[in-house]
Amino acid sequence: MSVTYREPATVQEAVGLLVERPQARIVAGGTDLVVAARSGKSPLPQELLAVHRLAELRAIEELPDGGLRIGALVTHADLESSSLVAGSWSALSDASALVGSPATRHAGTVGGNLCNASPAMELGSPLLVFEAAVDLRSVEGARTMPFASFVAGPGRTARAAGELLTHVTLPAARGRGSLGSAYLRLGYREAMEIAVVGAAALVVLDADGRCADARIALTAVASTCVRAPAAEAALTGSAPDATAVERAARAAVGAASPIDDVRATAEYRRAMVAVIVKRAVEKAVERARAAAR
Amino acid sequence: MKHELTLRVNGVEYREDVEPHRSLLSVIRGELGLTGTKEGCDDSECGACMVLLDGHPVNSCSYLALQAAGREIETVEGLASDPIGRRLQQAFLEEGGIQCGFCTPGMLMSARSLLGSGEHPDEARIRRHLSGNLCRCTGYAGIVRAVLKASR
Repeated sequence: MSVTYREPATVQEAVGLLVERPQARIVAGGTDLVVAARSGKSPLPQELLAVHRLAELRAIEELPDGGLRIGALVTHADLESSSLVAGSWSALSDASALVGSPATRHAGTVGGNLCNASPAMELGSPLLVFEAAVDLRSVEGARTMPFASFVAGPGRTARAAGELLTHVTLPAARGRGSLGSAYLRLGYREAMEIAVVGAAALVVLDADGRCADARIALTAVASTCVRAPAAEAALTGSAPDATAVERAARAAVGAASPIDDVRATAEYRRAMVAVIVKRAVEKAVERARAAAR
Repeated sequence: MKHELTLRVNGVEYREDVEPHRSLLSVIRGELGLTGTKEGCDDSECGACMVLLDGHPVNSCSYLALQAAGREIETVEGLASDPIGRRLQQAFLEEGGIQCGFCTPGMLMSARSLLGSGEHPDEARIRRHLSGNLCRCTGYAGIVRAVLKASR
């Protein structure tokens, strides 16, 4: 087999090559693309654009307004070991620590996780609750879009053929209280696992300990990761005590439209949504309370 | 079409010409003749192919060889040349961490990356760090004991 391979040194060069070679598939760590080829799931693309040398995309930066900007080549290991991310963006830290194995985490990238767009992608629900945006570059310039609009379906994104995903930006928390977030995954084993059900929760508690804001997102129970607005509404304004959390967790089930697959039935997934959302909310609330002290 | 590739493995430079679809594992075993690194599953499930890239564990079966240019690669053949590596090897022997030996190179390389920074990990941390390495013989207990011993 004859595969062509280009290895740009700059983003400029990369987007130029994407125009020159519209069939080229982008590869960073290869933990989805190359693994799929090795396992026989899908053959290695004929044209490869290896982007691992683009040093300008490797940074995790705190922005002046308190937001977070993550380069597309940041690995899950980079996220996992970042005390900034663990402290202020805990759900993202939780999620990155769950991806694959240590080896997967050292090779796999944020950009790859987003563009692979698996319904079970680990970073999806955290990015939804943080209301993240993605930056895309092409020879024509740059554009930004909400992450919520970026993933269109399994393996499908809004990225155009000539575009390179360069950064993910998480806006600063609007300081109305103390914030806590968490991501939990249900699987059959502790590592090398893909979510049966995942849930991210973000809560903001006001000075009286009431929930001023709540965001909840679900993983692996729809064609993309999804927010659970009914659950969010049930939690917002509440105490949030065990009853409120339970009510919100049950309300989250309505946002799920799972399928039967090799890992679980739709019925099991629906039942587990309530369990995992409850635990994720409890963890987020615990962290928000700790932040308030 | 072959590309020129310079790989630095265990401190030694190798210059080869390889096709882009070639995995790092296949080049290490083939062109470089370093057969200590094993092919178990060839798709990142088992960890038998584990090598270190700039000190971090990577499944070489699923890493394109061309992408490893300019990185420091360590394989099991290089372990004996450093004290931590030797300590690990000895501990595996003493603690029954080896039966058939097929997972062993991958286990050693994963463990080496954990101990690389002078860490003293506890058992939970060791098990988590080895979560990408499967063993069908030992039941892992001897392996974990070995890493614990080597870390002290």
